Amino acid sequence: MTKDVKNLKQFSKSAEKFEGANLLCPGCAHGMIIREVLNSVDGHILIGNSTGCIEVSTAVYPYTSWDVPWIHIGFENGSTAVAGAEAMYKALKRKGKYQGEKPRFVAFGGDGATYDIGFQWISGCFERGHDFTYVCFDNEVYANTGGQRSGSTPLGSSTSTTPAGRVSYGKKEKKKDLLAIMAAHGSPYVAQVAPNKWKDMNKKIKTALDTEGPTFINALSACTTEWRFDCNNTVEMMDLAVDSLVFPLYEIVNGHELRITYRPKNIIPVRDYLGVQGRFKHLFKPENEHIIEQIQKDVDKKWEMLQKREEAGV
Amino acid sequence: MKGWNEFEIGSVLFPLNEDGMKAQEKMPQERSYTENSSRSASVAHWRVQKPVHNVEHCINCFFCWVYCPDASILAKDEKMSGVDYVHCKGCGVCVSVCPTNPKSLLMFDEVEEEKDALKKWPQKETK
Ligand SMILES: Cc1ncc(C[n+]2csc(CCOP(=O)(O)OP(=O)(O)O)c2C)c(N)n1
Ligand code: SF4
Ligand code: SF4
Ligand code: SF4
Repeated sequence: MTKDVKNLKQFSKSAEKFEGANLLCPGCAHGMIIREVLNSVDGHILIGNSTGCIEVSTAVYPYTSWDVPWIHIGFENGSTAVAGAEAMYKALKRKGKYQGEKPRFVAFGGDGATYDIGFQWISGCFERGHDFTYVCFDNEVYANTGGQRSGSTPLGSSTSTTPAGRVSYGKKEKKKDLLAIMAAHGSPYVAQVAPNKWKDMNKKIKTALDTEGPTFINALSACTTEWRFDCNNTVEMMDLAVDSLVFPLYEIVNGHELRITYRPKNIIPVRDYLGVQGRFKHLFKPENEHIIEQIQKDVDKKWEMLQKREEAGV
Repeated sequence: MKGWNEFEIGSVLFPLNEDGMKAQEKMPQERSYTENSSRSASVAHWRVQKPVHNVEHCINCFFCWVYCPDASILAKDEKMSGVDYVHCKGCGVCVSVCPTNPKSLLMFDEVEEEKDALKKWPQKETK
């Protein structure tokens, strides 16, 4: 059963299913997201986890941080592991060998595992219509292997494979619009969430888990190590991301009905978001300022597109 | 019971049986953990500074609870009841999100005694 969380007092009575003394960095938003997902479910849940920070930090021999059934499998196929479990559930149920409550099937993966390397497998699972939810922990970089650029890394970001320097302003390509791609699979529900907006996130997690068929959640995950900010500022960093509309919060139902779920009261300039992170520091040099302008233009254009689509119901 | 590496490849396990589920729904304080749970480990040595809770100013909003990445804010009977210093990494997120004035959580040096920290609490800030 999923929970309808009305306030944090009620939420705080959740029986935690993710244990401390995992080895995620101090202040890592991955930990916030895992807790907000697991705490929104009472009862059976099964997790498939791709390789990445979450996996290597939470299953360090001989320890595990997971108090729920948890499968770690290759970098690319957290999705297919869960799809296999879901297919097995169906078969066992049909044969009368399993009579218990139906578990929630959930796959976790970083943006590297999701946008790039695992994409073909996720796409296959969505095309075949497995009843599961895929949650991407989008920290916009391959964090676990030292910060290589991924398909989710934004324009201008300095990473270990797109380093900013005398001849380069960082990554040359823009972030992939994965939500649009997942919606185009005809998924009954896809959404972007950010853990700092816990109420919005809880509602969307609940909807995704309760909807039959393949559903997709893209969760913003600020990475203190690769974005380069002080570890106590994780929530502030994500507040800036959603309030500057760099990471807009919206959902798409049945592949096309788009709804914006959070409208900032004061939209802040993207410079205010970029300026507080080491990965964008070089953009504030005079020769790179045009990249900031480009990012602002892209953000404005996307926001306009989202609003138009919402209005038109397409 | 068999250990996981004694099972044959392809075995189907049913962890979601009734007993397992009941255990899962218990609050952490009441659950029994094996030594293979990371809960049995500690990351206290990662910390240079620790958050101290001042119950006098706390309004039990639970922002610190929901945003702690390491499930180290202790909640009991709808009240914030302290910090789990075995699993807290000292990131300071809880202090950043605490909305009271003065804050109800503040970072102090690891060696500072809690009672001394409470004596040093700042006054209300005027902006
Ligand atoms: C097929 C394959 N390629 C490469 C790797 C090495 N590898 C392990 S974790 C990782 C990066 C994970 O990045 P991401 O999915 O974004 O998750 P994050 O660590 O950022 O949370 C890579 C490249 C691997 N394990 N398997
Ligand atoms: S490198 Fe980033 S994503 Fe990985 S554990 Fe550290 S803060 Fe989290
Ligand atoms: S310092 Fe960090 S880990 Fe410790 S209780 Fe606060 S938020 Fe949790
Ligand atoms: S955030 Fe501050 S006021 Fe709110 S429960 Fe925690 S300590 Fe108390």
